[in-house]
Amino acid sequence: MSKKKKKKPRLLQGNEAIVEGALAAGCSFFAGYPITPASEISEILAYRLPQVGGTFIQMEDEIASLGAVIGASLAGAKSMTATSGPGFSLMQENLGFACVAEVPCVIVNVMRGGPSTGLPTNPSQGDVMQSRWGTHGDHPIIVLAPSSVHDSFEVTVKAFNFSERYRTPVIVLSDEVVAHTRETVILPEPDELEVLDRIRPSMPPEWYIPYEDTSRGVPPMGIFGDGYRYHVTGLIHDIRGFPTARADEIEPFMKRIHRKISQHFHDIQIVKHFLTEDAEIVVIAYGSVARSARRAVLDAREKGIKVGLLQLVTLYPFPRRDVVGTIRNSRVVLVPEMNMGQISREVKRVNEGMSRVATLNRIDGGMITPQQIYEWLIKE
Amino acid sequence: MTEITKLVHKYLRHDKKFPHVWCPGCGNGIVLGAMIRAIDRLGYKKDEIVMVSGIGCSGRLPVYVDFNTLHTTHGRALTFATGVKLAKPELKVIVVMGDGDATAIGGNHFIHAARRNINITAIIINNNIYGMTGGQYSPTTPYGMKATTAPYRNIEHAFNIAELAVTAGAVFVGRGTVYHARLLDKLIEKALVKRGFGVVEIITHCHTQYGRRNRMGDAVAMMNWQKEHAVRIERAGDLSEEELKDKFTIGVLADRDLPIYTEQYDLVRQQAQELTKR
Repeated sequence: MSKKKKKKPRLLQGNEAIVEGALAAGCSFFAGYPITPASEISEILAYRLPQVGGTFIQMEDEIASLGAVIGASLAGAKSMTATSGPGFSLMQENLGFACVAEVPCVIVNVMRGGPSTGLPTNPSQGDVMQSRWGTHGDHPIIVLAPSSVHDSFEVTVKAFNFSERYRTPVIVLSDEVVAHTRETVILPEPDELEVLDRIRPSMPPEWYIPYEDTSRGVPPMGIFGDGYRYHVTGLIHDIRGFPTARADEIEPFMKRIHRKISQHFHDIQIVKHFLTEDAEIVVIAYGSVARSARRAVLDAREKGIKVGLLQLVTLYPFPRRDVVGTIRNSRVVLVPEMNMGQISREVKRVNEGMSRVATLNRIDGGMITPQQIYEWLIKE
Repeated sequence: MTEITKLVHKYLRHDKKFPHVWCPGCGNGIVLGAMIRAIDRLGYKKDEIVMVSGIGCSGRLPVYVDFNTLHTTHGRALTFATGVKLAKPELKVIVVMGDGDATAIGGNHFIHAARRNINITAIIINNNIYGMTGGQYSPTTPYGMKATTAPYRNIEHAFNIAELAVTAGAVFVGRGTVYHARLLDKLIEKALVKRGFGVVEIITHCHTQYGRRNRMGDAVAMMNWQKEHAVRIERAGDLSEEELKDKFTIGVLADRDLPIYTEQYDLVRQQAQELTKR
């Protein structure tokens, strides 16, 4: 389909850009269940994946979808699923499995209004905490939020790279506005992209210890059928992968799966600064709201207001260092969100009294417009 | 050591911490033995086998054997297996589940895997109870029997797993017991070589949780019960309805051919790729 067209601009919606990003990153397996506003991702991949020798399957529900994605990843395929809030809730069980068994996979959640069946299909950012803490037990997770069509492409490639490199599920937290906005984009060519693959074992199979600690905290991953026979389980396991109840094996395991993320914060935490250097007011936003905020910041600057935008691309692990560094010299921080205040709590948590944290929340099924943010800024 | 014991040892993981988790007298070891014998007879390589399980006593089965093994979440084994098989169709994927695992929490996945006809072998160990969690009633606990969550009596009606599999579209369905060990070996072997979704329901006993509470005796007594209540499918036609009451059939209940998912998807890929060439 995409025969080398020389940097041709293309009119795409956010969901289409996620598909392009996934294919560019080498995704060869997708399992999903229909749900608005994520269905386009399934539909397009059902068409595209068989063309490139990949596999698409529509499963009986979202639980099964993530199960199949994990199975395919264990057999060596870069795998993805896509859903919205209600389906994402069903995936939480197997999401925890992927965390504990350290199986790379990408889960796209195109947020719509909740709770429950909620608002199909109005925009929302109500699943931030679900993406962080939805599955039970202590676990590390990576959550990335695109704010535009081009972002959707880039973030999806990043999501695959992180999932492969850190052997972890990565959540792409899109929202209905980003997903269904159409805009002209020029996507990078394959040779301009960094695409990373999981580290595979190279030692003789009899020397392979599947969950052994390494300096990176990420053990090499054997693929089913490649001769490295090992046991994969959702039970807490020892370094050989066998279930354990020994305290001296449980704690090192739990610490390692957290450390493999925390010691790579510099790589994983992505933020975008926009006019923040001299900003007295800092807007912290993500997803489609970051886009509205950008416009509002520009308009307010014209009125002489010293305001800047810190866009969070990585929501989790929460980019504490970047947030603290940016708000340290500010007078006030505004966190506009299409929820009752989920990331604003994280900002307040790391703020520790340095600045005043204000919120701007919209939960009526509408998007936060540049005008809304602008009006707040000029009143401040 | 007898030949048969030596054979099993060839496939066990000796670096795994034994002993196993099962109660003395449990039928799960017989099932594992039958699977190993069938695999050995067919000459499958350890590297090409992926053994997948869910949660429960049956879920612990793969950890003991030296294959690619995957112990998944409760009821979801078939969904993981589906992903493995689609990503690498050359692998031989065997799924082991219990009755609660396959037909309660995983009931939906079970009927859909059968309907899709993915080339996977599903072994369902039916002991009529949730053993590991303490003897709660399952979808196959017979009407009127007792369980920890049915202290007076069970008022729900049991699934017939093998018939459910036939109706859902499984191309091969067999039922055996842990008493009829030779038949079990054969059924598993047939299911493994069958192209498409094959199911073997294995009637076993949980004397610890089910038998004790329902005064059915020890493991030996319960295996005798299997002997007395199982009727070969070939013989069932000769018996009257009265004689078949309280009995269950064993043997090959269905064996047919339908298009296999992975092969069908290969054709879809060809079709899609021809489209791009144009």
